[in-house]
Amino acid sequence: MKRLFFILCAFSVALLGFGFYEAVFVAPVEATMGPVYRIFYWHVPINISAEVFPYVNMVASIAFLYFRRTRVALAEKLDALAIATAEVTVLYVGLGLATGMLWGRPVWGIWWAWDARLTSFLMLFLLYVSYLLVRRFSAGSQSAVVAAVLSVFAGIDVPIVFMSIRWWRTQHPAPVLTGEGSLDPSMWPAFLINMAAWFVWGVVLVWGRYAVVRREQVATEQIALQALEV
Amino acid sequence: MIYLRTVWLHLRKDLRLEWRSRDAIAGMLFFTLLVTVVFAMAFDPTGFPTLARQMSGGLLWVGLLFAATTALNISWERERRNQVLDAHRMSASPASALFLGKALANLIFVSVIELALAPVFAVFYNLHPLGEVRWLLLILPLGTWAIVVNGTFFAALGLNSRNRELMLPAALFPISIPALLGVVQATTGVITGDFEPQLWIRMLLGFDVIFTTACILLFPTVLHAE
Repeated sequence: MKRLFFILCAFSVALLGFGFYEAVFVAPVEATMGPVYRIFYWHVPINISAEVFPYVNMVASIAFLYFRRTRVALAEKLDALAIATAEVTVLYVGLGLATGMLWGRPVWGIWWAWDARLTSFLMLFLLYVSYLLVRRFSAGSQSAVVAAVLSVFAGIDVPIVFMSIRWWRTQHPAPVLTGEGSLDPSMWPAFLINMAAWFVWGVVLVWGRYAVVRREQVATEQIALQALEV
Repeated sequence: MIYLRTVWLHLRKDLRLEWRSRDAIAGMLFFTLLVTVVFAMAFDPTGFPTLARQMSGGLLWVGLLFAATTALNISWERERRNQVLDAHRMSASPASALFLGKALANLIFVSVIELALAPVFAVFYNLHPLGEVRWLLLILPLGTWAIVVNGTFFAALGLNSRNRELMLPAALFPISIPALLGVVQATTGVITGDFEPQLWIRMLLGFDVIFTTACILLFPTVLHAE
């Protein structure tokens, strides 16, 4: 398993490097925005991955709540997965917001607009920061259950927040992958490589963090067992 | 029917406790009044009536949200004294009845604050609503329930945590943002008369139904978390 992890890690770093090369040196310059548009090759892949991890977190949390009494060992693994995905979500959404702001300043002339899509992404960020905060505040044995419940609430909240896109006037560019004004065929390779690279990199981060949390859980259990034996 | 009777018993107990001490209502009332005064100092509502109309919906709900969080922490504090909560855990009655009773009690407390505050607000901010005021009869309870149902739930979630006072806002505010957006937009729509509030009322209704269901389903898990 350990070897597989490092192979995947090396693979994702190589993909990230190749994606950087494709996006900066190979992909053509965009007609209206010029070179600034290249941040899109990171912004969109990061944001798409950032929307995948919250769902992994929610599914793991629901499964944790279901199995926590009957299959304790499995529940602990699910809890570790929930922690890892929540942390990577905060990281990715934060990166997505940062790259979006870097793009917005030259193109829109402002760092931030209270546009629906930006706001809903900020909400996603706040929800998972609050998840990590609550996790830190709550006491020992309870924190996993409390965090899992909050994750279910956050999962319910996300679609409601995103629904507001339809109701608030939006300034964010319409989806560029489908419909009119879509990507030029020459831009697809760089985009797809970056898409894969950031997704695999996220998986590597989740995996690494998961392994750390599992070791922490085992260590805590051993300390508890030793205390019992003495 | 037995379930409803249990809810009623919990509600009556909470109302009686509040009636004897009046801690939550007095605290919230004074707190919201102070928020109203401080905001009036920050900008001149009587000098700029249009601005006052546009802002007062948001101010009202921010004040109510902050006031509600203080009361929500008090409402579970009562159950902690003398290990009442442990008795609830062992009780054969459904856990969600306890939750519903408490949420309804909190709804009543916050509604009392709203009724007391609305005239003060209209006078201090020199408000003449331009939309149809009757919509407020729907918006106020729906918005209050949205805050109170999640607030009661998250206050229970933080019962055994190290910093309870910090945890409630940390969990409640991000989750409630869509409801706050909806209720502030709807209220602003009524006060300014610029747009119809129906869309946001529907959204609030959806939010209330979804989160009430989630709270009722998950409350037993929270009560028996250890």
